[in-house]
Amino acid sequence: MLRVLSAAAIGLVFGTGIVIAGMANPAKVLNFFDVFGTWDPSLLLVMGSALVVTFIGYGFVLRRPAPLFDRKFHLPTKRDLDVPLIAGSALFGIGWGIAGFCPGGAIPALGSGEPSPLIFVAAMIGGILGANALKAAFTRRQALA
Amino acid sequence: MTGILTGIILPKGDWNWRLAFLLGAIAAPAMILLLTGMSLPLQSDIPSWAIISGGLLVGVGVAFGGGCTSGHGVCGMARLSTRSIAATLTFMATTFVTVFVVRHVLGGF
Repeated sequence: MLRVLSAAAIGLVFGTGIVIAGMANPAKVLNFFDVFGTWDPSLLLVMGSALVVTFIGYGFVLRRPAPLFDRKFHLPTKRDLDVPLIAGSALFGIGWGIAGFCPGGAIPALGSGEPSPLIFVAAMIGGILGANALKAAFTRRQALA
Repeated sequence: MTGILTGIILPKGDWNWRLAFLLGAIAAPAMILLLTGMSLPLQSDIPSWAIISGGLLVGVGVAFGGGCTSGHGVCGMARLSTRSIAATLTFMATTFVTVFVVRHVLGGF
């Protein structure tokens, strides 16, 4: 129960930060990338301060043997740079540049009641499902071969 | 963000804290409105077909790339993960090029 309540509180803090910073606003996000047009460098401060806070926070948190509400930390274990990582990230960036939403911006934006984040999140879920079906089919084919 | 979301749409048994996190995030604009009277500025003149194509690409990209701006860009980079640094540099570069092409080559939104 405490685990679920703390997750909701953390989500609320995350969403509040995203909304106040302007990361949920496609126009602001696209202007951040538009160095040769209507450039708005302020999101650099958002990313920069988020990184500094997380870096310092992880320094304290990851020194503990386990999180407060779990038996162990769940951290990524892969270390190597592979094609799916780079190709996937490249596609993600193209989509972000077209729509102006990234997942962390679009999900809090769902609470605005506007239609555009809803359309974006629905399409994104479609993309995740499609890609995972493709991955599963590929794994099956490799298992058969 | 997408790691938490994917655990709900492809259920892995621990969906309850994930859903609580997402609902907390979705509640943020309403809470800000209640506390401050400030509504979320959300300007998007982007046509629906572009939002749909962008959403699909983002979905496929995060499924293969294993993370988004919050996962690789903040959490992974803060752990000094080589994979996350490579992923973040890659998507920042392709986003930059895409915005340039859409706005200054194609003359769009």
